[in-house]
Amino acid sequence: MAPNFSLNSTPDQKVSLNDFRGQPVILAFYPADWSPVCTDQLSLYAMVMPEFKKFNAELLAISVDNIWSHLAFAKDRKLNFPVLADFEPKGVVSRKYGAFKEKIGESARALFVIDDKGVIRWSHLSPDGINPGADGILSALENLNKAQATEKS
Amino acid sequence: MSGTTTVARKKATGKTLLEPAGKETAGRYQAPKLEIPVSPERDHIEGPLKAALTLVEYGDYQCPYCGAAYPEVKKVQKELGSELRFVFRNFPLTNMHEHAMNAAETAEAASAQGKFWPMHDFLYEHQPTLGDPSVALAFAKKLGLDGQKFEREIAQHVYQKRIKDDFMGGVRSGVNGTPTFYVNEVRHNGDAIAKALIEVLNHT
Repeated sequence: MAPNFSLNSTPDQKVSLNDFRGQPVILAFYPADWSPVCTDQLSLYAMVMPEFKKFNAELLAISVDNIWSHLAFAKDRKLNFPVLADFEPKGVVSRKYGAFKEKIGESARALFVIDDKGVIRWSHLSPDGINPGADGILSALENLNKAQATEKS
Repeated sequence: MSGTTTVARKKATGKTLLEPAGKETAGRYQAPKLEIPVSPERDHIEGPLKAALTLVEYGDYQCPYCGAAYPEVKKVQKELGSELRFVFRNFPLTNMHEHAMNAAETAEAASAQGKFWPMHDFLYEHQPTLGDPSVALAFAKKLGLDGQKFEREIAQHVYQKRIKDDFMGGVRSGVNGTPTFYVNEVRHNGDAIAKALIEVLNHT
């Protein structure tokens, strides 16, 4: 089972993993807002969001940056999904998922696909400095659909 | 990196949440592969169709990094000559770049009249003008294209589906930003500079 968590998406709103029971959830842990590239991982996901929605999947992005940084970052990059602050106590949720880099105090670039019952069905850790793209997530969501179709038949 | 070794934490069951563990992933890392094979019928290909080496770029005409990579690709082509075929596919990041889709449609409209590569090059050489369609239109006329057809096809978004198909094919192949290169069908994670690209092309 994926550990539940509750993190701020805005200064006065919290998002819990359990809110999304009944639909697939993609968790995208990432090191930091404002990565110095033209198109970072999350901008790409914002563009691929319609594909994720075809699987009724929700995407939650998580880093240790604070909520004000997240809000400015999400606005600048036109992100269309919640960006959660694993800020205080720092990195607690990232640690629970084994996606925290102790030495530098940032989340790792780790992806999880969680099914409608809250079970982790796929995970991926990118090597340092490599943006994983969206292909692995889409394949995992497809496999979820296939597995469910098999169960039903 | 040693930082990743702390990543895998054990659950009560003894199974890690993140599998395989960080260190193993790094060791066994395989770059994504090109999922959509190069097709002479569909793709824009510069160089001999049966060249031994293939470089595929997923690019955005408005992206400054693609603009910077453009002369690097030219250097690679010059260095490798007829050994190389270069393929360009569209990956317009429309949420970041307001003119990227229009520019891609402009190149496709030129392609419909047999002038993809001159227009592709022109767009990268004139990135600051992308908001002004009259610049590309004037160039299209200079190339001898039917200006009315060219303008109409852009306005009617005739090639938008093709461009979106390129985009989704790229997503499925692990395109993670622009430019993304594939060297002989494997994603190039290194720098988008001629030296790095030539080295990988010659060693795969």
